[in-house]
Amino acid sequence: MAAQGKGFQQSQMAQWNRSGYFRSPGSRDVNPDLEAERQTASFSVERLTAILDGGADNTRTRRAVEAVIYSDPGFSRENQYFQSQNERYETAVRKAVYLKEKMHQMGWTEDGPEVKYCYRALGGDLAFNIHRVFKSSILALGTDEQIAKWIPLADKYHIIGTYAQTELGHGTFLRGLETTAIFDISTQEFTLNTPKISAMKWWPGDLGRSATHAVVFAQLYIKGKCYGLHAFILQIRSLRDHSPAPGVIVGDIGPKMNFEHIDNGYLMLQNINIPRENMLSRFSQVLPDGTYMKQGSDKINYLTMIITRVQILWTEVIPMLLKACTIAIRYSVVRRQSKLNPGDPEAKILDYQTQQQKLLPLLATAYAFHFMNGYVNEFYNKGYTEIKQENFDSLPELHALTSGLKAIITEYCTAGAEVCLRACGGHGYSALSGLPFLYTKLAASCTYEGENTVLFLQTARFLVKCLAAVHSGQPIPPSAAYLYSVDSGKCQAWTKMDFLRPDIYGEAYRHRATRLLGNAATKLQALVQSGAEQHEAWNQCTVQLVKAAKAHCHYIVVKNFIDTVEKLRNEAEIQKIVKHLCDLFALHGIFSNTGDFLHAGYISGDQMDMVTASYLDLLAVIRNNAVPLVDAFDFTDESLNSALGSYDGHVYQRLYEWAQKSPTNQQVSQAYARYLKPLFQSALSKL
Amino acid sequence: MNKDLRRERDSASFNPELLTHVLDGGAERTRRRREIEALVLNDPDFQHEDLNFLSRSQRYEEAIRKSALMVVKLREYGIADPDEIYWFKSCIHCGRPEPLDLHLGMFLPTLLTQATLEQQDRFFMPAWNLEIIGTYAQTEMGHGTHLRGLETTATYDPATQEFILNSPTVTSIKWWPGGLGKTSNHAIVLAQLYTQGQCKGLHAFIVPIRQLGTHEPLPGITVGDIGPKFGYDEMDNGYLKMDNFRIPRENMLMKYAKVEPDGTYVKPVSDKLTYGTMVFIRSLIVGDSARSLSRACTIAIRYSSVRHQSELKPGDPEPQILDYQTQQYKLFPLLATAYAFHFVGAYMKKTYHRITGDINQGDLRQLPELHALTAGLKAFTSWTANAGIEECRMACGGHGYSRCSGLPDIYVTFTPSCTYEGENTVMMLQTARFLIKSYTQVSSGQLVSGMVSYLNDLSGQHIQPQQVAARPTTVHINDPDSLVEAYKLRASRLVEAAAKNLKAELNRRKSQEDAWNRTSVDLVRASEAHCHYVVVKLFTTQLSEINDAAVHAVMNSLCLLYALYGISKHTGDFLQAGILTDAQVTQVYQRVKELLTAIRPNAVALVDAFDFHDNHLGSVLGRYDGNIYENMFEWAKKSPLNKTEVHESFHKHLKPMQAKL
Repeated sequence: MAAQGKGFQQSQMAQWNRSGYFRSPGSRDVNPDLEAERQTASFSVERLTAILDGGADNTRTRRAVEAVIYSDPGFSRENQYFQSQNERYETAVRKAVYLKEKMHQMGWTEDGPEVKYCYRALGGDLAFNIHRVFKSSILALGTDEQIAKWIPLADKYHIIGTYAQTELGHGTFLRGLETTAIFDISTQEFTLNTPKISAMKWWPGDLGRSATHAVVFAQLYIKGKCYGLHAFILQIRSLRDHSPAPGVIVGDIGPKMNFEHIDNGYLMLQNINIPRENMLSRFSQVLPDGTYMKQGSDKINYLTMIITRVQILWTEVIPMLLKACTIAIRYSVVRRQSKLNPGDPEAKILDYQTQQQKLLPLLATAYAFHFMNGYVNEFYNKGYTEIKQENFDSLPELHALTSGLKAIITEYCTAGAEVCLRACGGHGYSALSGLPFLYTKLAASCTYEGENTVLFLQTARFLVKCLAAVHSGQPIPPSAAYLYSVDSGKCQAWTKMDFLRPDIYGEAYRHRATRLLGNAATKLQALVQSGAEQHEAWNQCTVQLVKAAKAHCHYIVVKNFIDTVEKLRNEAEIQKIVKHLCDLFALHGIFSNTGDFLHAGYISGDQMDMVTASYLDLLAVIRNNAVPLVDAFDFTDESLNSALGSYDGHVYQRLYEWAQKSPTNQQVSQAYARYLKPLFQSALSKL
Repeated sequence: MNKDLRRERDSASFNPELLTHVLDGGAERTRRRREIEALVLNDPDFQHEDLNFLSRSQRYEEAIRKSALMVVKLREYGIADPDEIYWFKSCIHCGRPEPLDLHLGMFLPTLLTQATLEQQDRFFMPAWNLEIIGTYAQTEMGHGTHLRGLETTATYDPATQEFILNSPTVTSIKWWPGGLGKTSNHAIVLAQLYTQGQCKGLHAFIVPIRQLGTHEPLPGITVGDIGPKFGYDEMDNGYLKMDNFRIPRENMLMKYAKVEPDGTYVKPVSDKLTYGTMVFIRSLIVGDSARSLSRACTIAIRYSSVRHQSELKPGDPEPQILDYQTQQYKLFPLLATAYAFHFVGAYMKKTYHRITGDINQGDLRQLPELHALTAGLKAFTSWTANAGIEECRMACGGHGYSRCSGLPDIYVTFTPSCTYEGENTVMMLQTARFLIKSYTQVSSGQLVSGMVSYLNDLSGQHIQPQQVAARPTTVHINDPDSLVEAYKLRASRLVEAAAKNLKAELNRRKSQEDAWNRTSVDLVRASEAHCHYVVVKLFTTQLSEINDAAVHAVMNSLCLLYALYGISKHTGDFLQAGILTDAQVTQVYQRVKELLTAIRPNAVALVDAFDFHDNHLGSVLGRYDGNIYENMFEWAKKSPLNKTEVHESFHKHLKPMQAKL
């Protein structure tokens, strides 16, 4: 009966197609409403794409990779939204394995330029993401011998690893982790244990069903003394039949808001013995006689987290906002609703000011974060090289910067994707829009790899120290050096056009960041001087400190955007549009936080009205380039996987065709026979 | 019970039971509600597997099973009062939608209000007995907000005395109606009526869509499910396409408008009661905002008192995360908001009943105003609750992301209310239209009444820039009534600013519509400020109706927190209008933090007072007994991925690959 239903639908579709009821979404004819938007671009989309990719060569490589991936039915995402948790997991494993083969076949190596484009193309579809964290933790924390032993095995997938840090009862507070590793001199082994239920490892990806090995964080005990957290490699499943190793209880933690393709898992250890060599020992080691040796910073355990934070920004976070903007903006020029002027046809919803105000600042934010990401990577690569050479000077700044930026970027991207979802009205709520998927993926990023509030407070702690250094005339790290400059006291704008000057709004952000940090630090000091204990005073100021840290990060992003525009001086057309985006990003931030800028009178009420006027003017300016600006992100339809956001704009046809494929339309439900039929029976005689 | 939760409950300064009575509207109603809930909770027929582990089809089937059973049992128990039906239903479906929602909530009521007596004879009893299951098919793929743009046609053919229904374009396919995909065998379809060659606008028709007996779609009807959504797994939102589908003339709902057998069209008398229905539905959404946010707060606050993390003081045991100022700052304003919205919902419902209570004596003149103003409240409360639920989830850290927390489910179930029954931005602009109208009235010397009467303060004054701002004000930040005044000033300032900007745009020789569009960001801001004022005012008014001193004290703190937190989030508006000084704003920030500390000891009791049964919460993190970790483990073991010790993908994919590499 299912087949019959399907047959009917197909013949019906064919008939409608012949009658011109549907245009085939496969063809390149583009919805005229979308086509018209592309005619009026003020810049070369192709050129902007090349700039976003970091050069036309990269664009070529990326497209070549995408062409290979998307033309291969093995990577099809067609059924993604219809799959159960089990099916999604299995698909993710299959694709991860298949990608490995494909890369081999294409001659793409693990350190080649193609890899990141593979992940961009398949992001969110592949298992073994934490396998990569497993590897990077060994590379960061392991000795050369350990790297030589484990990495080749992991590269070939002869083992699959996970990174088991978080426990049921502990995430944020690493020192509170309860898993133990006790060194036994007589056997030269560590014994690992999960002493209570809250100590169970909980959440690590790839752990639930896939991993054979794990890097496990545990409290190290030698001769009864605790030496704090260390990382150990242990085998958790048989390489022969995949069954759990003796003493290991392992499984999947159950359905989540998304990430159903990942088997986040639990792990309970009962007297698992591993050799002394399995402790990752680049920065600290245990000698055969039980002597504990340490080299390097206490903060070294944070290194893997810093690496991961930097990586997720460009793999899991920022591209999701770019995609959400692409979908929502394309849909908003295809969707027509109500009339702006009586007698006119219904207007594109992007022509409504309220719709522009929802989406265009997000588009500017997407660009801001894309450029920010380039800066973070540069900063990080420099710091990472130094740390590997055991120079830890830049670690505090690297940690503070990546913490704060991870928090602000994930927070804005998550909120932004949700705005995109709701800006698409009812259709945004359909899974087929692709937006629920993007949103729920992003939503996780606000708590994983460091809970955002905690991260902001880490940045705040760093800033408070920097401010103290300023007061005592000591040097401070570059990202906070602005704290040294002298405040002008009042905003120097006289007309609304002045607010399109980067020096004017850049200074406003700097002022706000400095003022909020100063206030928080003063309050902190006042509480301590009035007799409060340091920790209590800190807790009493945390709401203020978070606000100060956010203002700092916001300033860094604005500043970097301004610098980026500056660097585009040889690209007149592009510079012009990117400058508009930069202005919009900055003014939107002021418009949304007027109180911060009005308080203490830096910006006056009249000036604030100018900000608003300039801001609203910019919406209309960017409106005309909105579609080319999302086109420049150059996401393929396959990668967007959205009925609303595809390049050709055949929104309604696609929605309808995709809905046909839903299992609810393909499978026979028992609901009718079991529950409805008995109810309907007696109507037959009466109607 | 978890010892932390026990201690929290012991240290409360008030009796939560008394507050529950306030929320329910009296002790007797609390008793009756619990009695009805017990009928469900103690009934083995309503029990089932955890929905988190079921596929969408299974969830749909489970919901249908319970809904059919619900109708039978409601009649068996003789439950007929609308509130009691609501309690019974929400206890069964735990606040989730169900496939009969549209049948019970739209199909039957529409028959009652728009069908002729003859039509009621034909359709009502079969529908009442669920022999006919109907839905209400209005929204189309290409049209939601703009009803006049709907494209479905119903063309009258006098030769056969039939209407011919058509979906002429792909965008005209009916899309989204609940229960349409798989459940219903009839639909009330909204279509453009054509008779004697003329379009007479939108009318409603009863259309059979599936064959009685086989449940197969009728010839000329294409019907199905629109596929997976963010949430609403149990609902078969559907599509409907009609190709020259004929129905008898008698199937047009003709209580008001009519088509005579010869095709003559008879106009309806105007009908304000449709405003009434919309006000009622909006009051339900406001109530739902309050309840959904209350559930989320219950989970997050209980979890935050059980979860211990990090250290406040070096060497001390890890504190409850609810002791962190940042956590209190996330959750307590939301708790206050949940209470505030509860009172707004109750007010709207009461007002609706007052106005429509007796149609003959009721003063329906107030309905259009109420309709315009409640549009904004629907938007304001649903936006706020929507964001608040996510805040609660994120405040639970990683565990909030697991579906065992129940929070993802609450969120995805609630979030569509920002778009259905009127997209929120559109709703805000409706309210703005009324505000501008009132402002214009005041400017021309007439007085306005009701919730917008604060605009009268502008009357007789020559309207100038900063007029409102210039008025001397003394705001007492510990006095709720004074804060109501502050919100009132903010609202008038923003309405005034929007009105002026609108005028300025008009003066640039723009058309009315263009000017309106170019001012709409300002207009939405004005509406939001107005709604915020109404909420603060209603919360404050509610305080005087609480008799118990201990309950009053804690509610007073919550009310202050709600008002002051709102100011702290919009300081720009209050500063720019000169309502508050820099120094006062600093005091507001400080006072908010003091209130967090004041509320902290009562936080758990305040969520206990919402009185959600564990079953209804559907959350491992929010359990009343607080035994979280062991139950998370128990829950996880039931995950579909854990059905076998070694997952089949190992044999299918992993093992073969390891052999190859």
